[in-house]
Amino acid sequence: MARVLVNYAHPGQRHSRINRSLARCAEMLDGISFVDLYASYPRFNIDVDQEQLQLLNHDVIILQFPLYWYSTPALLKEWQDLVLEYGFAYGPGGDKLAGKYLLPVVTAGAAEETYQCDGSNCYSLRELLAPLEQTAALCQVEYLPPYVLFSAHQARDEVSGDRHISGYQSLLTALRDDHYDYNAAVKFDHLGYARLADVLTEHN
Amino acid sequence: MDGILFQAFVYLCAAVIAVPIAKRLGLGSVLGYLIAGVLIGPVTGLVGAETQQIQHFAEFGVVMMLFLVGLELEPRALWEMRGRLLGLGGLQVLLTTLAVTAAAMTFGLSWSVALAVGLVLSLSSTAIVLQTLNEKGQMKSDGGQASFSVLLFQDIAVIPMLALIPLLALPELNQALHHSGDDGHAGTTVLAGLHGWQVAVVNLLAIAVVVVGGHYLSRPLFRMIADSKLREMFTAAALLLIIGIALLMTLVGLSPALGTFLAGVVLANSEYRHELESDIEPFKGLLLGLFFITVGAGIDFTLLFGNFAQIAGLTVGLIALKALILFVLAVTFKLRGSDRWLMTVALAQAGEFGFVLLSFTVQNAVIPGVLGDRLLLIVALSMLLTPALFIIFDKIILPRLDRGQAREADEITDKGKIVIAGLGRFGQVVNRVLLASGYKTVVLEHRADTIDGLRKFGVASFFGDATRPDLLHSAGLEDARLLVVAIDEREPALELVKYARRTNPDIHIVARVFDRNHVYQMYQAGADDIVREVFDSSVRASRYALEALGEHPFEAQKSTTVFVKRDREGLRELASLWDPDIPSSENQPYIDASRGVAKRLEDALLGMAESRHDTVGRGWQTPGAVPDVRASRRPLSDNKPPQP
Repeated sequence: MARVLVNYAHPGQRHSRINRSLARCAEMLDGISFVDLYASYPRFNIDVDQEQLQLLNHDVIILQFPLYWYSTPALLKEWQDLVLEYGFAYGPGGDKLAGKYLLPVVTAGAAEETYQCDGSNCYSLRELLAPLEQTAALCQVEYLPPYVLFSAHQARDEVSGDRHISGYQSLLTALRDDHYDYNAAVKFDHLGYARLADVLTEHN
Repeated sequence: MDGILFQAFVYLCAAVIAVPIAKRLGLGSVLGYLIAGVLIGPVTGLVGAETQQIQHFAEFGVVMMLFLVGLELEPRALWEMRGRLLGLGGLQVLLTTLAVTAAAMTFGLSWSVALAVGLVLSLSSTAIVLQTLNEKGQMKSDGGQASFSVLLFQDIAVIPMLALIPLLALPELNQALHHSGDDGHAGTTVLAGLHGWQVAVVNLLAIAVVVVGGHYLSRPLFRMIADSKLREMFTAAALLLIIGIALLMTLVGLSPALGTFLAGVVLANSEYRHELESDIEPFKGLLLGLFFITVGAGIDFTLLFGNFAQIAGLTVGLIALKALILFVLAVTFKLRGSDRWLMTVALAQAGEFGFVLLSFTVQNAVIPGVLGDRLLLIVALSMLLTPALFIIFDKIILPRLDRGQAREADEITDKGKIVIAGLGRFGQVVNRVLLASGYKTVVLEHRADTIDGLRKFGVASFFGDATRPDLLHSAGLEDARLLVVAIDEREPALELVKYARRTNPDIHIVARVFDRNHVYQMYQAGADDIVREVFDSSVRASRYALEALGEHPFEAQKSTTVFVKRDREGLRELASLWDPDIPSSENQPYIDASRGVAKRLEDALLGMAESRHDTVGRGWQTPGAVPDVRASRRPLSDNKPPQP
């Protein structure tokens, strides 16, 4: 059993059914810790000690957020700035997170085709999330291929949304029950519902 | 005098003994009263024929109840109910009347008598049903609301029925009656000699008096009484209002219940609504109880046992027939699951208006007296059986349904009430924010001038002392979700929180306090969120001060954030040492601890604490650098360029 933590950050969740459903799915699962960061720190007064303790107590850290200007929402950036502290996450003695895993769970408004070198967004999503990936590297945390839903606005009422949510549930369950194939995962740039089965050793 | 005291003693004694026992056994208060009545009437014979007169008097409880029901119903809510009121209520009365009439005709009654019987038996008992639903907390459920719509329609339908019944009069009975005197309840009105259209005009005028008077005259009147600061004067005025309206309605030949209901609706938006409610409530409760006792006491056991099979059979048949029609209507009007059954069970009896109509029909020579007596018995028996039906609903129907319905309860549309106690400067802001965010609040304020002043700005609130339990009850504290305590006095605020916590353990309480000692007391009283009234504003003032001294606004912000956090922690620490019996200035451990807290706070602000975790500068530091206490906190533009 791996200890899984979902840190969820969405400042406009009233307007995002997909992210709310994803969050509720994580919240309902047994054996998964779920934190709604915007609910815990509505005034951005992040409790650094508390957040660091949470990280220490878990093996897999999931950051669930919508892509805002090719990056995380502001509170999640603030969280990185404050919680991944010098001497804790990096620097001398800063190896407290070594050996843990980081998995971004991202929803993006635009279609997948736009996230490539000849698309309107010019870069792949993996490339755009490079700061997060390098942050993980500096903290000696293993970065897992992001679980991504593209065209999230259209997915609202379609099967793609429901499939993505049930995929998220399988993913969380697999991580929790050690049915996630970390070796197979390395091969992927990012994951969606379609190829999820390739990294889950016991797909349920 | 002795006679009256003795009677009062017997009735009260029966009620006080029977009702708590009935409640304890899960039978509900109504059945308790009915049993009490049976015990003192037919069984022991402690009370006798006078129950008839007492019943007429006690029927006034129904009038008061409808006033209270009206108070709960704003005109808009009434308008929103119109579909169910007319559709569900109208069809229930129509179909039941037709069905009962048809059944009565098969028993060989002539059509006019049968129709009168149908009208009498189509009505249900507002008193029993509303009392029971409120007691069981099912008034707000869909089934409860549907039942209420039907009851309201019935109560209104009584009036055209009273007009219709004399037209059904049997000539031969009429003559017989005119020779023998009656008990004087023949509804002699001032309109005796008037034409039909004149009667209609007078009726409309009377209703207009109630509506217009309620709207324009009530406020200055109540304001005047509120200023007198005599509580019993308010009670007297409330009673006067109801009795006055009832009298007016009786004079012009309209239903007093309808009149007071209308007055209630008119006053539903008044700031004195909750005060009125809590003043009338005990009278209503006692009178209704008395009414139920007289129903129990009035059961004619000799007649009943003489024709037991017939009367019991007819009663059961009536209940089955009414229930069938109700169930079909419930399905048609898309009530679901338990709500469907609740309405079916709740309204299957005949009601107290049946009594009124019956005596009216007998007086008007529509129904022969012998038949009237039997019908009276059937109505009373069906009322007596209603609590039993509710028990069947609870014990047999509900458990079966619940298995079928996997937690449907999540979709509660009623958001629950918000009660704000006190509309001073503090309560006003809270109220404005909640209203602007789309929540409905019930605001209680005991200064009539504040209420009047704010009304001019469109802020609605209710007059009354928020620390009075009965007023809190009528404001809906029991099923409220949130209570904001913003009253200006220390002790009453604490008492209010304690009381609210006791009566509604689930309620969330946000309380304003004055100082630290008050915080500790409020915490012990059971408040969830405790707000020191000037804490936030003084923190803001200190932030302005820091900024004015040239600190970078974000540094000032961080300092005050750390201050607030540490102060809260310190407060929590000191709360455990605080002792209500020792003044803080003589409580040595408390003094020592608070010095420690103050020292740590200062260190944290200055960034000199030993623990890295205690510094204001934490976060956004240069990696590897020791936080520099002397580093400039000033904005960049203020920094003087280094000297060459």
